[in-house]
Amino acid sequence: MIKKDVLGIRDMSKEDLIEILDTAKEMKKIIEGEKISDILKGKTIITIFFEPSTRTRLSFEMAAKYLGAHFGNIETKTSSVVKGESLIDTVRTVERMKADVVIVRHNMSGAPHLMAKYLNASIINAGDGLNEHPTQALLDLMTIREKKESFKGLKVVIIGDIVHSRVARSNMWGLLKLGAEVRLAGPATLLPKTFEKLGAKVYYDIDKAIEDVDVVMGLRIQLERQKSGLFPSKDEFARYFGITSERMKLAKNNAILMHPGPINRNVEISSETANSGYSVIEEQVTNGVAVRMALLKLLCERRKNNENNY
Amino acid sequence: MKTIIKGGTVINGYGGNEKADILIDNGKIEAIEKKIESNDALIIDANGKYVLPGFVDMHTHLRQPGFEEKETIKTGTHAAVAGGYTTVACMPNTNPVIDNEVVVEYIKSIAKRDGYSKVIPIGSMTKGMMGEEISEMVKLKDAGIVALSDDGHPIMNAGLMKRIMIYGSMYDLLMITHCEDKMLSGEGVMNNGLISTMIGLRGIPHEAEEVMIARNIILAKSTGARLHIAHVSTKDSVELIRRAKADGVNITAEVTPHNLCLTEDIVDGFDTNTKAYPPLRTKEDVDALIEGLKDGTIDVIATDHAPHTKDDKKVPYEIAAFGISGIEIAFSVIYTYLVKNGLITLEDLVGYMSINPAKLLKTSYGVKVGNAADITVVDTNKEYTVNVDNFKSKGKNSPFNGKRLTGVVEYTLVDGKIIYKNNGKFEECNV
Repeated sequence: MIKKDVLGIRDMSKEDLIEILDTAKEMKKIIEGEKISDILKGKTIITIFFEPSTRTRLSFEMAAKYLGAHFGNIETKTSSVVKGESLIDTVRTVERMKADVVIVRHNMSGAPHLMAKYLNASIINAGDGLNEHPTQALLDLMTIREKKESFKGLKVVIIGDIVHSRVARSNMWGLLKLGAEVRLAGPATLLPKTFEKLGAKVYYDIDKAIEDVDVVMGLRIQLERQKSGLFPSKDEFARYFGITSERMKLAKNNAILMHPGPINRNVEISSETANSGYSVIEEQVTNGVAVRMALLKLLCERRKNNENNY
Repeated sequence: MKTIIKGGTVINGYGGNEKADILIDNGKIEAIEKKIESNDALIIDANGKYVLPGFVDMHTHLRQPGFEEKETIKTGTHAAVAGGYTTVACMPNTNPVIDNEVVVEYIKSIAKRDGYSKVIPIGSMTKGMMGEEISEMVKLKDAGIVALSDDGHPIMNAGLMKRIMIYGSMYDLLMITHCEDKMLSGEGVMNNGLISTMIGLRGIPHEAEEVMIARNIILAKSTGARLHIAHVSTKDSVELIRRAKADGVNITAEVTPHNLCLTEDIVDGFDTNTKAYPPLRTKEDVDALIEGLKDGTIDVIATDHAPHTKDDKKVPYEIAAFGISGIEIAFSVIYTYLVKNGLITLEDLVGYMSINPAKLLKTSYGVKVGNAADITVVDTNKEYTVNVDNFKSKGKNSPFNGKRLTGVVEYTLVDGKIIYKNNGKFEECNV
């Protein structure tokens, strides 16, 4: 059974992952069918986003509503210092509102972990700093699982600004646990060799990285990294690390292309490639709602079981 | 009032290690002999215990003036004596900064009024620690400082550092440098390496320290300044200092208990009590630091006692304050991790924690007739579990909380007065 809080993929077991993905498959039937159920009737779900987001927050909201829960949202727009200072106070406020599950996004790694220490409600990490974005990885895993027979031996390449990417980290943990081969590719300033010690393969030549893979995953490049001197220009990035139709030919014939969105078109992925047949980017969005429903269901069931134990 | 410390094994700091009684009168050590009897003396029973020269910490943050919510001279020196320290040198990053005589006088007067241990202020190298204009070093020296530092605010301007070294060397002031190239450490909050990559925290690369140590060694070599490297934390830093010593540079170095005993692995989990500058590094670095102590490359174990409030630490790791509160457990930590494990001897510990720092700060050192009776009595058979709530320090920020440690400070005497006594609950007595 999954833990009280969903803080990251790294501390999940393979069994947890399978259980969530199986549940998400069931949940997808609700989305595609009645769009309502009473699985979370009487439960309160609150999202707190300390960082702007439209799709992830909306995806959680839809997940809660499809399952019949009460739903609330706190949006906090403050400077980074004030954000940190008010964190514990914000948590206490939410606690008083009798939330069952609190969904947090924060620009600092470990912020949800800190909140979890002070909260009886379950926390779902909706992205913390550079650390993890577990629900994004789960929806990516679900999408891969729908398209491919098995994770075992599957070759997946993640391309771009790896070191600053919580999506890359969560996907890497999940894919490694499920038995896939994880390749990471990007310029050396955005991809330290240290990742090899974590079990991934590091490539600085994208053509070699993409060769013979089953899944190509692009990441959004933050253009402000250029100012920090981490890469010289978006043109150079696009030419040497961008995903193009030419490069997709190096992958397996039935390879799929993924991206967590929003895409910088013609930077990390060329526009025609993003719209082409092997792109599953839009399917990822539907699966996002399904995996979030699955987590909410499993967490609330767990809470119910724990109550019965007392 | 005479006092006799009876029956303990005296490690005097001059190579002696044998059972002896110590007679104290008028705050000074009057006699050290096999057996001393007296009818009118207060007797401290040190049977089965070690009698050591009081520890000297050359890197303490007492936070007063300016940050009294974190620590005061009273609470900080209380913590010090509970840890067996009889003298502490306090860093100048207060508010106002220790960059003028008035602040030195203020600290000295508060220490006289509230202090449990002796306090030696360290002056700032630059006015306001701004790294722009050199401070009034001679005035500071006449007011009572023996060392200058840029702790916490490394001087990035090499030309300025050179002028500080030249000017300060006229008066033989010790230059304690916090070695960190700010451009390399950037927004880093922990060691750059496996764990930072794993958990998505920005890393401070080891080169940030080494580049600055190398620069300061070169400047010290050309200016002849007495250079002291604060809190060394990396393997290559140790090697740079080793080579500088072999090269005849006037250089000494210190290491903290936490950098000697802990590694970056405990940052996994985001416990902000593990956040310090320099950051906790790797096993390889720890091994090199211990090796550096053993071969004399590193001279001193200094606490870098850096107390912070709970609110300073109850925030995400990135914005939590840097620093560890550790002065009251430093002896036990070093005893447990290094002496008990056979890496160094208790005599070595006395060298690193009392004799060598006392020499650098130009105060009297060792248990010797005629010296001030600054003495610490320890029991190395006793164990305890660290509980930060029992700290005298206002700073409860310790990654050692909950750890089982060996070696308890039983008595601390400053100028012959029992200023701390362990009554079983680690409380002081009302002497």
